[in-house]
Amino acid sequence: MSALMQHVWDRALEARVPLSVQFDLTYRCNERCVHCYLDHDDHGEMTTAEVKGVLDQLAGAGTLFVVFSGGELLLRKDLFEILGYARTLGFDIRLKTNAILLGEREADRLRDLGIRSVQVSIYSHRPEIHDGITKVPGSLQRSLAAIRFLRSRGLHVVIANVLMRQNAGDYPHVRALAGELGVECTIDPTITPKMDGDTSILNLRVSEPQLLRVYTDKSLLGHDANEPPPLIEEEMLDAAPCSAGHSACYISPYGDVFPCVQFPLPTGNLRAQRFGDVWHQSPQMNEVRAIRMRDLPTCSTCSFMTTCTRCPGLAYMEGNMKGPSSADCEKSTVRARAMAAEKDIA
Amino acid sequence: MSDVFFTRAGQLAARKVADEVVILRAHDSSLYVLNPVASAVWEAADGRTSLDAVVRDVICHEFDVDPETARRDASELLASLVAEGLLRTSDQPMAPADPGAPGGHPA
Repeated sequence: MSALMQHVWDRALEARVPLSVQFDLTYRCNERCVHCYLDHDDHGEMTTAEVKGVLDQLAGAGTLFVVFSGGELLLRKDLFEILGYARTLGFDIRLKTNAILLGEREADRLRDLGIRSVQVSIYSHRPEIHDGITKVPGSLQRSLAAIRFLRSRGLHVVIANVLMRQNAGDYPHVRALAGELGVECTIDPTITPKMDGDTSILNLRVSEPQLLRVYTDKSLLGHDANEPPPLIEEEMLDAAPCSAGHSACYISPYGDVFPCVQFPLPTGNLRAQRFGDVWHQSPQMNEVRAIRMRDLPTCSTCSFMTTCTRCPGLAYMEGNMKGPSSADCEKSTVRARAMAAEKDIA
Repeated sequence: MSDVFFTRAGQLAARKVADEVVILRAHDSSLYVLNPVASAVWEAADGRTSLDAVVRDVICHEFDVDPETARRDASELLASLVAEGLLRTSDQPMAPADPGAPGGHPA
């Protein structure tokens, strides 16, 4: 993150501005990804008018960044009406989509609307693996065609490569594919429980040896990745664990507001309440907001604290929002093993 | 000196965060953070309010500065915002900006 962008986030945090909001417009989807945490049945999505009303409130609250996601966005017939309305309100817009419904006409419209970035999930360069994860034959080919449409119109595209046991070895090829397409590629080994608490999909998480391979892949790591973690300083203990509830939040297709998409703590509903009331007055939001690193009994004394990617939402789903997130503990441990292996080689 | 009217360019996202306007350009993700005076100019950029009016009614009113200095500084600021592609100017009033309007985006 640039120093200027960090400055903006710091100002938002100080002023308690919800600078960034992920807004899922639908949970319906045309893929059935094996690791998905959502219930794809429609339990009463917000109408076009309701969505526009929420966007009005977000603009008034100071939100600049909106990530529209789902489910699959393109299943909403009013998607472009919503995007157009959001742009008239001055939002910076990014989309997350599988893009299999995105053709040349849709790519033209996204370019004309000034959409800043489109993230497309690609699980593997091999159709049998990618399509096996999405459960839609031909989906890899269609998603890649859509990426080419977007790129040919100058749109910024990000491939999101979620790592699971069945595709963990394919990320170098996905990155190469991204290079050929002229797009960015992110790699993420995070698999979360389903929103109803079902943890059965966690067995898809990459194994320790697979994770170790990622953390020892020099092509993925920054130059300081294998430096020892910095010592814990007093001011670090006064910091918020993450932006959830401080300068960012998540809104579901049903108007439910959560601190983050990965933090399913209900804080209010926009069919019954104004966004500003939920954001500023919800006891749950304020509970999340009050937590500082020093309030985390285990993590604040952990030697990995300064480098750990602990997710408060994953900790919440494990039963304690002030506790550790075991998946992130594992990542920190594996990262330390990677560092030790590096030293042995040196 | 003839007066000038100014409006926001298309393909921009913008919001006031605390007392600073933050602007993000869609096609290259360029980020701008305007200081309070520049933010006041940006907020007045409706295509119908002239620079002289902004200097007189906003800058001289809200900031401790004499009219001559304010006019000179505002002109320089306007030129730099135009050079960055954030504002458009005209010697006639213009329609307000549409943030989603095509323009400046590589085809």
